[in-house]
Amino acid sequence: MTLTINGERRQVTDGLTVARLVTELGVRGRVAVELNGEVLRQAQHPETTLRDGDTLEVVTFVGGGA
Amino acid sequence: MDDALVIAGKRFGSRLLIGTGKYPSHEVMKRCHEASGSEIVTVAVRRLDLNAKGEASLLHWIDTTRMTLLPNTALCYTADDAVRTCRLAAELGMSRWVKLEVLGDERTLFPDVEQTVAAARTLVKEGFTVLPYTSDDPITARKLEDAGCAAVMPLAAPIGSGLGIRNPHNIRLIRETVKVPVIVDAGVGTASDVAIAMELGVDGVLLNTAVAGAKDPVRMAGAMKLAIEAGRAAFLAGRIPRKAYGSASSPIEGLVD
Repeated sequence: MTLTINGERRQVTDGLTVARLVTELGVRGRVAVELNGEVLRQAQHPETTLRDGDTLEVVTFVGGGA
Repeated sequence: MDDALVIAGKRFGSRLLIGTGKYPSHEVMKRCHEASGSEIVTVAVRRLDLNAKGEASLLHWIDTTRMTLLPNTALCYTADDAVRTCRLAAELGMSRWVKLEVLGDERTLFPDVEQTVAAARTLVKEGFTVLPYTSDDPITARKLEDAGCAAVMPLAAPIGSGLGIRNPHNIRLIRETVKVPVIVDAGVGTASDVAIAMELGVDGVLLNTAVAGAKDPVRMAGAMKLAIEAGRAAFLAGRIPRKAYGSASSPIEGLVD
């Protein structure tokens, strides 16, 4: 299936959960995920199955002051 | 003497708040944080770089046992974007404290105060502890306090400008107007700017570029720590009134002929 992650289209295995996707992205440390415009709770990551065409924003903390 | 900074019931030993942007390296940032004595650090929320696999996260370089993280909504231009960023920050799981920042103009980076107040109202309802960046306008500061913000953070000068305290009178008026802590946020360039802010009676100063962009950032972080302490002590001590003419501090009597 095809997902749009942070504005990039990506091919991934069908039936992936959000938690599994985060692992496959090779993320170290914590991320927050917005799925089709809705912020997901961390507890929802393992139980949310992705569908073809879903749009995700995966964010983390970066350096910044103002 | 206990002179802690108290924000939303939480006590901090330092009145300096520091950023995590624009340092030459993560190592230098960490040393600056240590030298500054700061216990509150601002961080930004951004898209994960999907092509930078395995890169150590920013949090690896921040002692979160000592520091309270203050995620910001930097470069948000609408209340909706700022609220969305705060919700994502909350899911990053460190806290529900946020530095709210809704900008109105790309050239000056001045805040859009109307959008800021609207976002503050929404975030307070959602249980966030909101510390908003705002203009040096006492009326807006009062509106933000009325909206339930835990502090107000007026700018000294445009973000990253290093121009110093451009309107000390308004900063003092804001301190007189609201009961919540007043933190000067943005625009300081060097230690004397920080001392001047603290001498006006504000409760703290938030800065980033003045340290990160200094020739010797770690040394400047130490200078800022001293400036905070000196300015605060001078404010508490109470300065002498300004006089137009000279007034000798040695006795007039007993001069030798």
